[in-house]
Amino acid sequence: MPVHLTINDKPVQAHEGQTVLEAACAHGIVIPTLCYHKDLSPVGSCRLCIVEVDKLRGQVAACNLPVAEGLVVHTETPALVQSRRTVLSLLLQNYTDAGYTSHDGHTTEFEHWVRYYEARLPDGTSPAPRYPLDGDPNPFIWVDLNKCILCTRCVRACEEVQGRFVWGVGERGSYTRIIAGADTAMLEARCESCGACAAYCPTGALDHKLSIRQGEADRKVTTTCTYCGVGCQFDLNVKNGKVIRVTSNPNAPVNGMHLCVKGRYGYDFIHHPDRLTGPRVRRYLLEEGEKVLHGPAWDWVETDWNTALDITARKLAATRDHYGGSSIGVLTSAKCLNEENYLMNKLARQVLGTHNIDHCARL
Amino acid sequence: MVGLTTSFGSGAMSNSMDDVAEKAAAFFVIGSNTTEQHPVFGSRLRQAVLRRGAKLVVADPRRIDLADFAKPAYGGLYLRHRPGTDIVLLIGLMHIILHNGWEDKNFIAGRTEGYEEFAATIEHYPPEKASEITGVPLEQLYQAAEILALNKPMAVIWAMGITQHIVGVRNVMSLANLQMLLGNMGMEGGGVNPLRGQNNVQGACDMGGLPNVYPGYQNVTSEETRLKFEAAWGVSLPDKVGLTLTEMIPACEDGRVRALYILGEDPVMSDPNTSHIRHCLERCEFLVLQEIFPSETSAYADILLPGVSFAEKTGTFTSTERRIQMCRKAIEPLGETRPDWQITTEIAKRIIALGERDMRPAPHSGWDYNDTSDIMSEISAVTPSYAGVSHARLEAGERLQWPVKGPDHPGTPVLHVGQFTRGKGKFAPIDHIPPAELPDDEFPVLLSTGRVLYHWHGGQMTRRAKGLMGVYGRALVEVNPEDAARWNAKDGTHLRVTSRRGSIEVEAWVTDRVPPGMVFANFHFPETSANILTHASLDPVAKIPEYKIVAVRVEAV
Ligand code: SF4
Ligand code: SF4
Repeated sequence: MPVHLTINDKPVQAHEGQTVLEAACAHGIVIPTLCYHKDLSPVGSCRLCIVEVDKLRGQVAACNLPVAEGLVVHTETPALVQSRRTVLSLLLQNYTDAGYTSHDGHTTEFEHWVRYYEARLPDGTSPAPRYPLDGDPNPFIWVDLNKCILCTRCVRACEEVQGRFVWGVGERGSYTRIIAGADTAMLEARCESCGACAAYCPTGALDHKLSIRQGEADRKVTTTCTYCGVGCQFDLNVKNGKVIRVTSNPNAPVNGMHLCVKGRYGYDFIHHPDRLTGPRVRRYLLEEGEKVLHGPAWDWVETDWNTALDITARKLAATRDHYGGSSIGVLTSAKCLNEENYLMNKLARQVLGTHNIDHCARL
Repeated sequence: MVGLTTSFGSGAMSNSMDDVAEKAAAFFVIGSNTTEQHPVFGSRLRQAVLRRGAKLVVADPRRIDLADFAKPAYGGLYLRHRPGTDIVLLIGLMHIILHNGWEDKNFIAGRTEGYEEFAATIEHYPPEKASEITGVPLEQLYQAAEILALNKPMAVIWAMGITQHIVGVRNVMSLANLQMLLGNMGMEGGGVNPLRGQNNVQGACDMGGLPNVYPGYQNVTSEETRLKFEAAWGVSLPDKVGLTLTEMIPACEDGRVRALYILGEDPVMSDPNTSHIRHCLERCEFLVLQEIFPSETSAYADILLPGVSFAEKTGTFTSTERRIQMCRKAIEPLGETRPDWQITTEIAKRIIALGERDMRPAPHSGWDYNDTSDIMSEISAVTPSYAGVSHARLEAGERLQWPVKGPDHPGTPVLHVGQFTRGKGKFAPIDHIPPAELPDDEFPVLLSTGRVLYHWHGGQMTRRAKGLMGVYGRALVEVNPEDAARWNAKDGTHLRVTSRRGSIEVEAWVTDRVPPGMVFANFHFPETSANILTHASLDPVAKIPEYKIVAVRVEAV
């Protein structure tokens, strides 16, 4: 059943069961949020998404307000702006930014709204840090509780996306803060390092440790994960020709924002110094000597592509012409592209004349 | 996936992860440690249990993470059956289903054949006998059968735990039997769902990276198919099935195979019985290896050609659910490296230029490709299930799962709707065969092998990711507390694990993930790779080695 309402003088059609926040989002009307995320269950605790409704007194949280026929909603009145500034200023009282570049190198959602509503502490200062930077030994998740605003998105992301229950909220001393397990290290609280909590954190209190201080990417390229067969997609963030981080792409068909530890954090092999960077052949091939599997004849020699490709082609052709195509075996790769696998199949069958082609599907 | 091809006419996952996670009333996960091997899908299964009350039955000799979600409090059940008894377990469950009249009689009558013969073999394993052989308590068999039969649709999910046995094909056919019996095929939330390991295993199979089929599973022994490819490529082609990987490398020993061209694989790490593989590769007269890292196999290579990682090239991958997706180049190839498709093209052109093989001009005889989208055009021309796939459609945001029968066809999220690919689904009578190598006096412990969350296959990539090494930096062997007490082992104790083929030294991880009498090891680290211990007993049809069951001896060092 369609429901008709008015938001900021604009007629909006929604459907039953939606909240005002969802209806506004669907029509491109931005209502500021912090604790809300469309993938997570709503908690309505941050009070940034407050709106005013005609014939209703006070300010109500849009994430909790069901749409109703004839509702007239205002999202950006002077009173609302003032309230939001107050909400954000209160959060700033417990927020310390140590100044390192984090979180994509972009402003975080929190920083964005702080600037937008010009919130600041009365004296313009920021409170002294209360927690260590990098407060958890997990190799992937950066924990800086000085930036935590207790929105509990991480708690919900871990539960509702990953199906783990690592984070909770608890009192420690005079402060309330997020706590892993029974106040242990994350890994001990059965964290699987999927990074969902960091991906959903709106302040950078939880962040991707491998990418801290790496700065902003020049570009992002959406691609498909190289590890398992689930087929998750994500954005490779590239800076100066280097992959500096992986960020979730909410439009990924299979996985949305979610990834696992390998997909999100297993990318540094790309630039590993062990990478082969040029063709190599055994010395005996250049000297056209006999093959022996040891000694100087078996040493690697770096060579150019032409030489390496010519020798390869000559040897394979000679084997085929002498002993028949069935004397050659081709192993193609379950890590390579469809197009590359097709070519390996064509090379084996068309060029070498053999069906001896396989890959590690069986293993 | 030979088993599924026999039963249904297609070997691929029948459903999509999304419909399984959202629509199944129950899941039967057998031989898949989903949360570690296919983590994002594993989390969706957990969510389905926690959030919408889907019932989960897990059958696995190891108490894997998902077992925590398969408990009566959630309406599910965890079955710890003895390794190598999958078939008996399944027949036992089907026996109970039949004797309660829970089978889907309409489905069986309308869409299947071979039912009578199959139903007769079910009688060989009444529940009491199945319980005795599998070690699963009788009442658990009854409870599991009830959950699986009375919650519809029910999706079956498995991985290498089912296929890496000498009876792998029979295991798969038994699961197909179960789904036909319950009428769970051709609908959202049901189906047979083998999860493929590496990101493009599905694509490598689809593209003819197999000795018995051309791209799109067109048989090399079919004359019609052969003539079609001879016409497309302008050559004459052999009509006999080629060698599988597990036959090819041993064939180097007696000279039946003299040269190998290996792309991005590391048989020394990933194949069974490492020392025999090394010996065979030494005998190979000429080995070309195209790789991104030096590997254990490169020690035997005559030529190393540097390819690139997924970040340095553009093309497509096909995921386990038959979904074709773009892989896009993000950075330039490092150093002198080249995209693999360019290297293969160069080799092909040079061999052709040497001119000893008869080749005539034909529509697809050439090797002039500007980019991988040209290659995809050729693929779609010769592969019916990819007929409508193009980079242009994918770049326009279309979501395609094969078969994509033409440029306007939207793809096929669920297979076998209304009809199986082969027409009628085929019930196959299946009998139990014990594993090839069972524990005995000399090697009294059963070893099973696999992967862990933080690493990947032979570890070539993940061992070079420092964070992953930080969490899981060395090989561990999982040992039950009872056994640990017997061997005087604690967490971190060095254990020597010896099989008939070799010996490794690894640190113990004492855990009740494994039952007494069984240990579990991985093959991510070269010196301590479990494949030093495994053997090459193959499933006679699929030629998959039996990695899941090896007899070993364990002692503290
Ligand atoms: S990384 Fe994943 S598992 Fe670990 S705490 Fe964050 S959400 Fe939970
Ligand atoms: S991110 Fe994890 S689950 Fe997703 S495809 Fe990659 S390895 Fe698989």
